Amino acid sequence: MKRVALLGMPNTGKSTLFNRITGGSARVGNWPGVTVDLLAGKLLLGGEMVEFIDLPGIYDMHGYSDDEQVVRHFLHDNVPDLVVVVLNATQIERQLSLLLQLRSLDLNLIVLLNMADETRKLGITINRRKMAEMLELPILLVSAKFGRGVPEVLEAITRTLRYPTPGMAEDLRAQLENDDHIEVEMARVLSQSVEIPVRMSDSDTDRLDRLMLHPFWGLPIFFLIMFLLFKCIFLLGQPLQSEVASAFTAIRESALEPLLLAVLPPPLLGFLLDGVYNGVATVASFVPIIVLFFLFMAIVEDTGYLSRAAFLMDALMARMGLDGRSFVMLLMGFGCNVPALMGTRVIRSRGQRLLSMLVIPFSLCSARLQVFVFITAALFAPPHAPLVLFSLYLASFAAALLTALIFKKRLSSDEPFVLELPPYRFPTMRQLWLRSWHEVSHFLRRASLFIVAGVVLAWVLTNFPTGAYPGSLDTWAGMIGSQLNFMFAPLGIPPELTIALILGFIAKEIVVGSLAVIYGHHALDALANTLTHQLDWVQAYSFMLFTLIYTPCLSTIATLRSESKSGGFTLVALAWSLSLAWLVSFLFYQAARALGY
Amino acid sequence: MPKVSSAPASEPLSGLRPGDIATIVGLHTADDALRQRLLALGMRTGKTIIIMRQAPFGGPLQVRLGSTDLLIRTNEADKISVRKT
Repeated sequence: MKRVALLGMPNTGKSTLFNRITGGSARVGNWPGVTVDLLAGKLLLGGEMVEFIDLPGIYDMHGYSDDEQVVRHFLHDNVPDLVVVVLNATQIERQLSLLLQLRSLDLNLIVLLNMADETRKLGITINRRKMAEMLELPILLVSAKFGRGVPEVLEAITRTLRYPTPGMAEDLRAQLENDDHIEVEMARVLSQSVEIPVRMSDSDTDRLDRLMLHPFWGLPIFFLIMFLLFKCIFLLGQPLQSEVASAFTAIRESALEPLLLAVLPPPLLGFLLDGVYNGVATVASFVPIIVLFFLFMAIVEDTGYLSRAAFLMDALMARMGLDGRSFVMLLMGFGCNVPALMGTRVIRSRGQRLLSMLVIPFSLCSARLQVFVFITAALFAPPHAPLVLFSLYLASFAAALLTALIFKKRLSSDEPFVLELPPYRFPTMRQLWLRSWHEVSHFLRRASLFIVAGVVLAWVLTNFPTGAYPGSLDTWAGMIGSQLNFMFAPLGIPPELTIALILGFIAKEIVVGSLAVIYGHHALDALANTLTHQLDWVQAYSFMLFTLIYTPCLSTIATLRSESKSGGFTLVALAWSLSLAWLVSFLFYQAARALGY
Repeated sequence: MPKVSSAPASEPLSGLRPGDIATIVGLHTADDALRQRLLALGMRTGKTIIIMRQAPFGGPLQVRLGSTDLLIRTNEADKISVRKT
């Protein structure tokens, strides 16, 4: 199969073009020598299957950034039959450098000038024929966003693919010559084929930025936008999430249970329904949130506002070793950690991305909030309850801040922080849906098996050995709870609650329900009553602190693992949050007791 | 880098105020990664640079080079010397 790689600088519309060409058929593929996800899609061209690969956007073939290394490794280990170089025509004066670097390699190239319609507005004129002649390369105009020129591009690709595939030199970098001659060449090509006005006209982007990046109003507007974004994603998402959950319960109660109860022995039935089926339901409950998250996040990203958020928040975040984009994801983590972790993919430096992923799980998500609301209502007087919840949010921010400060040295960014601020653009619906679709299918493929396995394991722990009352102290989970008592007693957490913590590892949504099972109640008010007899407020608060910090849920861990592609990193993240949770609860509980509470 | 005695002295980019227009006279960094990135983004000697604004609390600068707007932290802007025009 012939291989065509799409290459270009960030913000050139390369991925938009890729989506245009491959539609929704693209999949994440594995490539030799490449550690990051690359989208690839197949297309029938001239009677032959051709595979298109979307390479990460890079500024420079020499560069040292993670993406630049990925592109070099890819070109070296998987020599493409053709490289389609996508240039943003409005930035031709500097994007030409990448093309000239590529031209010095032995590659089949065609050049696409994207957003050519925007150049006219800016007063830039490009003489395409002259440029093609000087560079001795085919150059085509295209509008990836509106699909203009795409058929011609596919025709040109088909024609060029008849040439033999070039071989790649052993050392790519050695073949890339000194930049000096590129600078001269660039000046020569530009002076003869491009006209650029000396001063750019005052554009809509400038006018909008005067408001959005206003020295005083910029930050309040940013927080307002974040608030609306949060409301849109999670106010719409949570009802959908519970709809999905109740649909799964309905199917179980009306169809699966009556059907299987007669034919299957109880342990197998439990394994299938409480283990596997519940696992699948857990995975499914994340789908609406992920779709909505990326629908709205793609708007923020594609309009160009995310880079503006990075600008506004940078002074604060730089001190934590992070940037403004991490802050946006951290905020979104207060709705749900899973899509927030997936969203960190916009951060291109691996160190900075890992640091963001380490911090996000401390965001007090909506599932943890449910637990805290229940326990706070049961154990604290109404006037104190809002204060208790507020203090937990503060603890969440403090844990995130502390983690960033501790790990920022180890996971520091080795990449220079020089970001492009693209002009504001209208996103297209097609782009938004494709993005959400890709993210959901990615989550389902990469994380679902891990989640289902975890739910099955928790079922086994809370239901065996046979004869033990499910969820009681006689089960394996109960035994583990009792065994761990020496660790949890100093935190004021009794073995029954330790079982709830083991189950809460799967999902915080089931903590309250599991407490009901553990204490043998079905009604929640009876459970609340029992809790007030079993615990005092110091114990309850210690339990909530531990629940907040120790780990969000299995799905978050599965996402950490699939996004970092590193089991080691996932273990470190898990070990750190468990240790921090223990330490914080310990300090709180012992201090409160020492003070006589 | 050539210096003309009659021209105003060069200063770091970080010292400019919003609205200032300057010409880049040199990049002073031993960090190859930063140097390559700045070159690729069009920060080359002789180019005109416009300071658009600075982010709140001493945050990054927004600068304009031709048709590209960039965010650059003050640490990095320290390493670019410019001459006001």
